[in-house]
Amino acid sequence: MRRNREEASRIHRRALLKSSVAGAVAFALPFAGKAFAQTGEKVLRVAMTVSDVPLTTGAPSQGTEGLRFMGITVYDGLVRWDLSKADEAAKLVPGLAESWTVDEQDTTRWTFRLRQGVKFHDGSEFNADAVVWNLEKLMKKDAPHFDQAQSTQAAQYYGGIDSWSKVDDYTVEIRSKRPDSVLIYNLANLFFSSPARWKELGGSWEEFAFKASGTGPWIVDKFVPRERIELVRNKNYWDPGRIPKCDRLVLLPMPDPNTRIAALLAGQVDFVEAPPPDAIPRLRASGMQIVTNQYPHIWCYEISAREDSPFGDVRVRQAANLAIDRDGLVKLLGGLAVPAKGMVTEGHPWFGKPNFDLRYDPEEAKRLLAEAGYGPEKPAQIKVIIAPSGSGQMQPIPMNEYIKENFAAVGIDMEFEVLDWESLRGRRRAGAAAPENEGRDGVNNSWAFWDPDIALLKTAASYEAPPTGYNWGNFSNPEVDELVKKAKETFDQQEQDKILADIHSRIVDEAMWIWMVHDLNPRALSPKVEGFVQAQSWLQDLTSVEIS
Amino acid sequence: MHAPVGRGPTGLAPINGARMFNYALRRILYSVPIAVGVSLVCFLLLHIAPGDPIDAIAPESASPQLLAELRAAYGFDRSLPVQYFSWLSNVIVGDFGTSIMTGRPVLGELANAVVNTLLLSGGAVLVGFVFGLLLGTIAGYTAGSPADRAATAFAVAGISVPNYWLGLVLVVIFAVNQDWLPAMGMGQGAPFLSWANLRHFVLPVIALSVIPAGIIARSVRGTVAEVRKQEFVQTLHAKGLSPFRVFIHVMKNSAPALLAVMGLQLGYLMGGSILVETVFSWPGTGFLLNTAIFTRDLPLLQGTILILSMFFVVINLVVDLAQALFDPRIERN
Repeated sequence: MRRNREEASRIHRRALLKSSVAGAVAFALPFAGKAFAQTGEKVLRVAMTVSDVPLTTGAPSQGTEGLRFMGITVYDGLVRWDLSKADEAAKLVPGLAESWTVDEQDTTRWTFRLRQGVKFHDGSEFNADAVVWNLEKLMKKDAPHFDQAQSTQAAQYYGGIDSWSKVDDYTVEIRSKRPDSVLIYNLANLFFSSPARWKELGGSWEEFAFKASGTGPWIVDKFVPRERIELVRNKNYWDPGRIPKCDRLVLLPMPDPNTRIAALLAGQVDFVEAPPPDAIPRLRASGMQIVTNQYPHIWCYEISAREDSPFGDVRVRQAANLAIDRDGLVKLLGGLAVPAKGMVTEGHPWFGKPNFDLRYDPEEAKRLLAEAGYGPEKPAQIKVIIAPSGSGQMQPIPMNEYIKENFAAVGIDMEFEVLDWESLRGRRRAGAAAPENEGRDGVNNSWAFWDPDIALLKTAASYEAPPTGYNWGNFSNPEVDELVKKAKETFDQQEQDKILADIHSRIVDEAMWIWMVHDLNPRALSPKVEGFVQAQSWLQDLTSVEIS
Repeated sequence: MHAPVGRGPTGLAPINGARMFNYALRRILYSVPIAVGVSLVCFLLLHIAPGDPIDAIAPESASPQLLAELRAAYGFDRSLPVQYFSWLSNVIVGDFGTSIMTGRPVLGELANAVVNTLLLSGGAVLVGFVFGLLLGTIAGYTAGSPADRAATAFAVAGISVPNYWLGLVLVVIFAVNQDWLPAMGMGQGAPFLSWANLRHFVLPVIALSVIPAGIIARSVRGTVAEVRKQEFVQTLHAKGLSPFRVFIHVMKNSAPALLAVMGLQLGYLMGGSILVETVFSWPGTGFLLNTAIFTRDLPLLQGTILILSMFFVVINLVVDLAQALFDPRIERN
């Protein structure tokens, strides 16, 4: 209530200020949109697709876009993604931990050596106490600094952690619940907020949101919820190579794609996320830069391998994969996608050597369907859940209509159940075996492959069916199950990559899902923007960007 | 001699202050059950609709145990009546709860959004009502003339054009092609009355005011044309009143019907426009509602809907009272 009154009074004061100061300084700034230029600051203004600034306290909301703009900007994790290269998949590198080891006798025991001399934005020191305090804020419910909002958002990443302890000022030990080589990937998304700042603000996370303090390359300067957040360069950032080139980074929530385009063309922003494909020619004609790259994204149907679905027969799954004219689909998307050859992109360390080639071969598809007992008189009847929009869903309606036609041409009769995005996610989470999904053969939920769990291990193992994992359609292959167990317990990166490649080859051969295209993740940049490297990642590093 | 005639059909009886006060008090009291009813209906609809707020915030791999913990943490594990009455009892003491997505108090979120929407809709009310009244009056006074046809054409166009589409077109012309006005957002901390700030209002205000201007213009035209045909207007002319004084009488007699239309439009505008606010990234109540719906942020959604419905209740009350002031024949017992 105290906070509510303060909030109300702040708003009242703001409104009063707006009107009273107005007369005196009226007409002082002719063009607010260009006001920054007058200060001599180099300002990068980014239009995000989210409708609100993601949580600023240390565990960002709004999925990967939140991690991209409110995670790795203000905060650091023990490890981080190297986002400096465009021509290879992003890799994990040391972050706030200089190094780490896994106990060979007890592989649940991880020891992290922390980087020394790192300071939070408020000047306090980052050390083992800060790590312990931050893990408590997420997982120790009776801790005074436990924060439900952050705990909820970060649950995906700390789920594998069992316990933690300080060994000395710069060493911490983290124990996983079971041998889990994927834990390290999740640690890249657990960020560290300043305990000193939290205490200074009277132990209020609400206050902290406005004066957030991390160790990252950008410092929060001004935060207006639902409107903007302004970050300034952290001149004392611990990694000299990543001290931002721009003085200020302004992040603006702009969910409407046309608004983002108009703002870029009108010079109100410099950097736009996800411009719609049909706007690309207009943007190019106006001199804007269109940057694209592969990243761990796949637009697919997660399908049911259960006996009550036509997709329970591997021949039907393969036929569906052969029925799709992926080049045509890419054309439909204005060239902003690449045809899929599996879950991961060709050339990815986990691609392997699948025998089944995801090509366009309607004749072979018809033959396989005939073998499985389907034909023109008896088409395979399937029902797929789709949503008209959603994160990573690209252009779902025209794309699904296109695939429906492709399917019809070979003898697969597809019906859609259209839900809104959040409802679709609920049905995806429930799995094909859930009563609400009875009679549904697939769900069009675009997927990611940034870590082994989400890409392969929790999608392909038979024991990872919902609610524990992502194996929506109860795909089952005993050999794959064994490989998944092996991968989880293999801590050598290269060895693990080989096992993952083997798993991938097998799930492609069995056509576990129907994979269509990988998004090329376009971004539109003003001609003034220089030095941006679009990494093959859902995250991007804005520290290298300059404004000319 | 003018005065009794001048009062015409509206001058039947003086307004009884005490009666009016009682009426206003009663209406204010009525608004309480209306608010409770609205909140109850909204609460039930939100819970009947597919989608779960916990699904929206839970991680992809959330275990049933984690989902149950989150449900308990946000109070969604309780029965619906308990959830509703707990929410209602908190609202009564001014605590609208905390947004699930942002962790910020709903009241603070709402207060910011309401101020932003009032600033925008205030401009749209001014522009829309002035243009609507002007065009409608001209059309009503010149019924059948080319001026009437032009004004009516504008009004029909105003009603027919989708405001978000108009917003986009205005942005393309004035922001993208001409670089005269900003394409989105509010002023960035510039003084309120400075051009640097006001220029952000121009396009959304125009987009938002076109529909009310059209509706009001059509209503004014119809009402004014109707009143002008009435016998008392001929009598006024016959009595030798100046055209201006006749005009005043015509408008005064048209006022009650127009107030009802304008009140409704005012309510719609004050409620914010999801589409226009989204097109212009204007952080008002419409934008807030849009976000709350898509993220299933129930506390935020319930709070926003309750406040917006209260706008309508209050505006209806004000309109009813104003109608009675203009026309005491309207029985308020």
